[in-house]
Amino acid sequence: MFGGFFFLIFLGLMAAVVVWVIGLYNGLVRLKNGVENAWSQIDVQLKRRYDLIPNLVETVKGYAKHERETFDAVVKARQQAINITGSVADQAKAENMLTQTLRSLFALAEAYPDLKANQNFLALQEELASTENKISFSRQFYNDSALKLNNKVEMFPSNIVANMFNFAKAEFFEIEEPEAREAPKVSF
Amino acid sequence: MFELIRANNRRAAVLVAAMAALLFVTGYAVGEVLAPGGGLLGTAVALVVWLGMTATSWFAGDKIVLGLSRARKIEKKDHPVLWNVVEEMCVASGLAKMPDVYIIDEDAPNAFATGRDKDHAAVAVTAGLLETLTRDELQGVVAHELAHVNNRDVLYMTLVGVMLGSIVVLADVGTRVLWYGGGRRRTSSSSDRGGSGALIAVVAIVLMIAAPIVAQLMYFAISRRREYLADACGAVYTRYPEGLAGALEKIAGSTTPLHVATRATAPMYIVNPLRSLKGGMSALARTHPPTEERVRILRSLAGGPLSMQRYESAFRQVTGRAVGVVPAGSLAALEEVAARREPTPDSRSRTERVRETTDALWQLQRFAFLACACGTTLKVPPVYRGRTIPCPHCDTPLTSPAAGD
Repeated sequence: MFGGFFFLIFLGLMAAVVVWVIGLYNGLVRLKNGVENAWSQIDVQLKRRYDLIPNLVETVKGYAKHERETFDAVVKARQQAINITGSVADQAKAENMLTQTLRSLFALAEAYPDLKANQNFLALQEELASTENKISFSRQFYNDSALKLNNKVEMFPSNIVANMFNFAKAEFFEIEEPEAREAPKVSF
Repeated sequence: MFELIRANNRRAAVLVAAMAALLFVTGYAVGEVLAPGGGLLGTAVALVVWLGMTATSWFAGDKIVLGLSRARKIEKKDHPVLWNVVEEMCVASGLAKMPDVYIIDEDAPNAFATGRDKDHAAVAVTAGLLETLTRDELQGVVAHELAHVNNRDVLYMTLVGVMLGSIVVLADVGTRVLWYGGGRRRTSSSSDRGGSGALIAVVAIVLMIAAPIVAQLMYFAISRRREYLADACGAVYTRYPEGLAGALEKIAGSTTPLHVATRATAPMYIVNPLRSLKGGMSALARTHPPTEERVRILRSLAGGPLSMQRYESAFRQVTGRAVGVVPAGSLAALEEVAARREPTPDSRSRTERVRETTDALWQLQRFAFLACACGTTLKVPPVYRGRTIPCPHCDTPLTSPAAGD
């Protein structure tokens, strides 16, 4: 009689633990899916940028034929970024490289007033600027999701469940802004 | 973020329940005043009125509001900058479906969001807003509006607004009948009922007069808090509080009246379009927090790390109030993020922004844009469809495409 009572309590406790573990597990799965979804958002924007670049290069070429080096750098950086199939960090590095070369392309446009007045160029400029923004906003969103997942994977008690089912931490998508680190150079 | 929505929902549920109670009590009072013993019938009428209005606003509320505001739906080609900014903020806020985008042909800068839920939402901005604001400021305004969508403010403001409307209608009917036709009936019946009947009648009349005022104050209180919350979320989405701060300053600084705004739609706008320009409004009757205060809170966040917690402490510091605006559950839930310091360069001058916006409005009115080889662009009204017009500068004949193109 008494033994049966304790057995029931034991069963109840076991059931509670199982329900709790299921809850933690589902929470982790939800976060992991969130990270994957956020990553696919970045991917959409990166592809959009790859698609816009050839058009832009063609338009600029019509006005600034002698800037071969800049065009080649942009085309090369684009191809490199497309070919990357490695980790998030590698992808981030290649994309940063592409951003830098694109900036030099837009800086070059400043020297050609005709180009700056071209409707097609202006539209492309707005599209690329907006795509850059979307990349950085989707990166924000991705990093926020990754931070949430990583906290759960590392913190007690969810780390036990995460270890049991092999949940890995997500990599952050870091940006490198060289000019943000160096002090501005002033020349007289 | 989920914490924020949940806490928001709980508060909203309490408010909706309180409003519903007030509505039924008003219905009872009106019934009792019109015919002694008719209280329950009055409550039933109130319920029917409310259900009818809620159903209407659930299925067509956004269309009614957009129609009243004479807003026109745009495509990407009509105004690429606005479209892109909305897309950017969707990405930043993690909204899965992009809301519909509308432009209102008015010179006063302002904006609002409406809709049922995250999948049925719309953002409307005035032409004046597009002409006045830089890209960063526009981003701030759109972020604020998408925060309303994300926090489900649009649904609750609509539901609560409809209940407020029902209470006003019921109380109005009650007072009118009492004033013009109820006199005889009331005197004959109160002599039958004696003291307690008279007391009920007096209480009912007081309720009928007070209910709309109380309901309106409740509505204002919740709408003020939600404006602050949307400001906080908007700053976090854009990572640039100065954008929204600058926009609020420009919108509040404009003296152009917004003709399409009514008392019913005013609380939806980012800055109250019916604000008196002298600013002599009592704090309780405000639908929006004072704009200077919102700007000061946002400016005190500039450049530093951003989070709901930071906004909360900035709010307390600026207003000197002990009670904050951010629901407690969401304070710890959101991590801190770094803010952007530099504005993004916007090469468009005011003239270019005005041209962009006017072009968008003309396109919406189905004007044809004819480019001439001499560099002139003719904007031809739809009545000239299929006809040939000489270019005013070089006399080259230009043909407007036939309708349907």
